[in-house]
Amino acid sequence: MNLTLAPIPYFWPRTMVREFYEAVATWPVDVVYLGEIICSKRREMRTRDWQEVAGLLVAQGKEVVFSTLSLIEAESEILAMNRWVEHGGLLIEANDWSAVHSLHAHGLPFVAGASLNLYNHEALHFLQQRGMRRFVLGVDQGAEQLQALRTHFPAGAQHFPQTEVLVWGRVPLAYSARCFTARAQERSKDDCAHCCLQYPEGIVLDTREDQPFVCLNGIQVLSAQCCDLGPELEQLQALDVQYLRITPQAVGTGAVIERFRQGLAAAQPLGREGDCNGFWHGGPGMAWMSSANPSI
Amino acid sequence: MSMELVCPAGSPAAFVAALEQGADAIYVGLRNPTNARAFPGLNFTPQTLQEAVRQAHARGRKVFLALNTYPMAGQISLWKESIDCGAAAGVDALILAEIAMLDYAARVHPHIARHLSVQGSATTPQALRFFQEQFGITRAVLPRVLSLEQVERLCTQAPVAIEVFAFGSLCIMVEGRCQLSSFVTGRSPNCHGVCSPAEQVQWEERPGGERQVRLGSVLIDRFGPEEFASYPTLCKGRYHSSTQPYYALEEPVSLNTLALLPRLAQAGVVALKVEGRQRGPAYVTQVTQVWRAALDALATGAPFTLQPEWQSRLAHVAEGKQTTLGPYHRAWQ
Repeated sequence: MNLTLAPIPYFWPRTMVREFYEAVATWPVDVVYLGEIICSKRREMRTRDWQEVAGLLVAQGKEVVFSTLSLIEAESEILAMNRWVEHGGLLIEANDWSAVHSLHAHGLPFVAGASLNLYNHEALHFLQQRGMRRFVLGVDQGAEQLQALRTHFPAGAQHFPQTEVLVWGRVPLAYSARCFTARAQERSKDDCAHCCLQYPEGIVLDTREDQPFVCLNGIQVLSAQCCDLGPELEQLQALDVQYLRITPQAVGTGAVIERFRQGLAAAQPLGREGDCNGFWHGGPGMAWMSSANPSI
Repeated sequence: MSMELVCPAGSPAAFVAALEQGADAIYVGLRNPTNARAFPGLNFTPQTLQEAVRQAHARGRKVFLALNTYPMAGQISLWKESIDCGAAAGVDALILAEIAMLDYAARVHPHIARHLSVQGSATTPQALRFFQEQFGITRAVLPRVLSLEQVERLCTQAPVAIEVFAFGSLCIMVEGRCQLSSFVTGRSPNCHGVCSPAEQVQWEERPGGERQVRLGSVLIDRFGPEEFASYPTLCKGRYHSSTQPYYALEEPVSLNTLALLPRLAQAGVVALKVEGRQRGPAYVTQVTQVWRAALDALATGAPFTLQPEWQSRLAHVAEGKQTTLGPYHRAWQ
């Protein structure tokens, strides 16, 4: 099984990003996804910076994948995405259908991101025939759905595509035209002053009962809770999930990777450290479930 | 060419209302989880669908069948049977979101028009090209995330006709890519055709005449005795960080683009969609009447003036009794 590191969802200063990936280069992680996936106005890292980081990671034996923007609206964003597809020289994770179109048109292999809504075996097979090599299981899908995908996948077709599952981190829940971080500061998106730089781990919102609920990250809404499939490693292995995805946080990501690396080597399952695993068990995503009974 | 008015019907009575008030096309769903308003007691059986198509065609109007949820691996046959059911009933178009279903419809019923549902989350010419090249879609409903300027640009570049949401409840997230409801309840628009399912909504009385409402375990909001409370969805609740509780995602408002009508027409938008298959015949009557009148006024070619009466009638049936231009107006974003 491979450990993968998702793109940094937040907006960090350039130095912080570069230092982060200098550390990543030394961590026991196999695949690193790079790129800005939330907002094209976040321009601390330029193309050359990303290329340098990619070079550094490749030199350390990591597979590097470039992730495309999750929500593409402007022509400039399409052009930027196409440049990576055409000249990036990296495997691409397609996070919207514009990227799929571009990759297919260029006959390039790709990773299908979790937001492409691949819920059944026919959709998987359709995209596999059009270049999809790996897919990231939709965040709302779990063991049962993955089992069904595998069971129904057409016999005689190519082998089942490489499978990646989010095992650690805040769960990406929604995307909007609206920038919620700017809104929190009573700014409009056009006048955002890049205020998300002030929140290296987003803005956590609590309910009026002070229960942590979601985390605002620009146009994205993440769960406030941290998903943890550490205790489910055995099940993931049984379902032939070859790629375990960890989402970066500003602090402690190296330790998370170390924990999963040890978990993969150990005979005993990992104990619980995170907050939720409900989606994996077919329940509400925010629940922690050890069996069919959710507890929130 | 004037824009097509596409109205919702969750029941035969609402369907007749839309037809009588002048909808050009009416979109409906079957009574199963294949559509994004899979609510108890709503929607059409194969028989009522057939009858609806007969009535519409007798008046030269169209019927679109929404099959815009995402089937899991073990459920595909129900979705395919539902597509077949629409074909048998003679619907004019299938509104689809999922690539396996688009593929099936294109192969098995190529003569029935395929529209990409808003749930398909396509926001660019390239994305639309993918669906057009792979599945021969002829129309796409745009997610409610683009500004008016972006819609205008997209209309000039899109390989297919463009339909936009004109009025109704406002999803502020990219449709097809929102898991807020399933995060809290395990049930989602994508897979179960519901957002904020009623069986998990709980209203509670509090001291001093306050009420509060939760979805599952999550407290969405509290309301003072005089405060208006609309149907609770997670994106329209009040939450706080270091602040006072505020509408962190969106206020409980509805979309109303009546003021943009001339620009939408100018842009080349072919159809305007009214949201609300979950609403009753009274809503459908009011909204269809107003939009028919506005579109007819626009079609005369005389300078378009918004009638205050139209706006007040729409506000009256709108969620939260307030309306917004939403993402079409850049400042909203």
